[in-house]
Amino acid sequence: MTNIGSYDERVKNFDWKISEDELGYKEGDLINIGWYCTDRICEMGKADKMALIWEGSTGNEKRYTYNDIRLASNTIGGFLRSLGITHEDRVCLFMDKIPELYLGFLGILKIGAIAQPLFSAFGDESLFVRLENARTKAIITQRKHAPKVRKILDKMPWLEHIIVVDADPSKPLQEREVTFNLEEAPKVDQFQIFPTRAESPSVLHYTSGTTGQPKGVKHVHYSLISQYLTTKWVLDLHDDDIYWCTADPGWVTGTSYGIIGAFSNGVTQCVLDAGFSADNWYRFIEKHRITVWYSAPTAIRSLMKAGDDVVKKYDLSSLRHLASVGEPLNSEAVIWSEKVFGKPFLDTYWQTETGCIVITNFPGMKIKPGSMVKGFPGIITTVVDPETYEPFEESGKMGLIAIKPGWPSMMRTYWNNEQTFQKKFVNGWYIPGDRSSIDNEGYFWFVGRDDDVINTGGHLVSPFEVESALLEHEAVAESAVVSKPDFVNMEVVKAFVTLKPGFSASKELDLQIMNFVRKKLSPLAMPQEIEFVDALPKTRSGKIMRRILHSKEWGEEIGDTSTLEDD
Amino acid sequence: MEDMHEVIREYVINEYVEDDTEVTNDTPLISGGIVDSFSMVSLKRFLENKYSISIPDDRATPEAFDSVNKICTLVQEFIG
Repeated sequence: MTNIGSYDERVKNFDWKISEDELGYKEGDLINIGWYCTDRICEMGKADKMALIWEGSTGNEKRYTYNDIRLASNTIGGFLRSLGITHEDRVCLFMDKIPELYLGFLGILKIGAIAQPLFSAFGDESLFVRLENARTKAIITQRKHAPKVRKILDKMPWLEHIIVVDADPSKPLQEREVTFNLEEAPKVDQFQIFPTRAESPSVLHYTSGTTGQPKGVKHVHYSLISQYLTTKWVLDLHDDDIYWCTADPGWVTGTSYGIIGAFSNGVTQCVLDAGFSADNWYRFIEKHRITVWYSAPTAIRSLMKAGDDVVKKYDLSSLRHLASVGEPLNSEAVIWSEKVFGKPFLDTYWQTETGCIVITNFPGMKIKPGSMVKGFPGIITTVVDPETYEPFEESGKMGLIAIKPGWPSMMRTYWNNEQTFQKKFVNGWYIPGDRSSIDNEGYFWFVGRDDDVINTGGHLVSPFEVESALLEHEAVAESAVVSKPDFVNMEVVKAFVTLKPGFSASKELDLQIMNFVRKKLSPLAMPQEIEFVDALPKTRSGKIMRRILHSKEWGEEIGDTSTLEDD
Repeated sequence: MEDMHEVIREYVINEYVEDDTEVTNDTPLISGGIVDSFSMVSLKRFLENKYSISIPDDRATPEAFDSVNKICTLVQEFIG
């Protein structure tokens, strides 16, 4: 029996009160995600239940019960308080997928501070713009990532503390650095949790747009109401499940479903902190008897690429339910997963701003490979005409996905950028910026982004950010960045570059520029291909026409070129 | 003559390691999280430039790039 039961019945009788009642929350009550994910589960009699099984790249393992994660999050919260960090201060988590990342997230929330998780592969420039925007007061990091923080420290007078969780005791700490060793710190059993309420800020996740700097998406503690219920109904987690969410908490899936959804439902979850290899992933599933697996199309296609034979080496019979997120899941991947695992990956659609799954396949519902299926009960979703922003009356028409505002985990604003936030709402709809159609059975079919943002491996990369970084290279005169198709990552970054006088195109320069962007921004933003050109297509007013370059890469019609500058 | 293992190991340390993490010829690079799948593209490009070879995409797998020793074996195959 699935948790959701009949989808149609759920839609008919839906009220977010279902989630509130299950969580024992009433309007006006205190609500703190850190408490709901740890103390509450212990109070329900599951203190000794395994909460987190973590495995590192060398196979080393750590296990934490719900009581352990309660104590650990108290301990981290207490340490942060001792540094003078208080409610609504921003605390960045800049770590690999180590236990301190998961437990630190909960500790930050318990003191009412705002968790700002950032992908640990970010380069110093990507890190700086996000810390600057949030005016982050403290950053929790690892020894291996501390050099990136040190590099930009002089530009960040507001950053008071750099907390290193694995500092080498034989080496002196540097300016503003403090060490915190979770295993050695005295455990805090009694802890005063900050009295956060529904609209108290909780998490700040950064996402990229076509223009301008990355935007800080502000979520609040009430988001729990959506995250708890979507986890329960879409990922179908039962009390005896062993769950694996492969996402990194540097991105929203890793927090909404890799921390909040899993722990608030009181299940056991596993984390693998190691680079990708098909063998290692299958071994991990076999070893821990994973039952529910939430992953991404890029990973699924990488597994497809590794072939079917490697699957046969492992006993994967524990798998019960598979789901996917990040970019549209192609029908071939759905069909392949059904063939090799005996069950299909079910696609889920949402984004950083929605905070929870909004359009999705549901367990037990008819699958149409390649379709995102239907809106989550209580979340009104449709496709609107891009001109009028009115919903289409006929099926099959391509338009913009639109969501009626008001679900609990909808972003509350973009940090310090209310104007851009307001622009996301048109004619009473929240517009995520994706194109889709709806078929005659009400199933959504994803078409693509409605802007120039590049979705590579499920992560959004701003062409503007990459172009800006390219211009900082001494050889680059002008640049234009677009996506190009890629089997594994769906899209990758491609840069067109003109060079300054005195520089000429070469393989060495190509590699030098790639590495320059990788270190400055991130490996995701590094152009996988650089094409040196004599000139870029521009409008008569001098604006670079990315559209033309994009169309060439995707083999599409170039369209109207009437504004193109003469040769 | 340059030692291939040393050249590749030094390149990995200079380009992908921020702190003083030790990298030996057997250190897991991909599964150990030192080089991620996106950065593998730049490592492949370096090898192709340095040794004037072309490594087909289907041979540039995470397994084949997982240590300096494995990379050297792969490169040797294409140098002939």
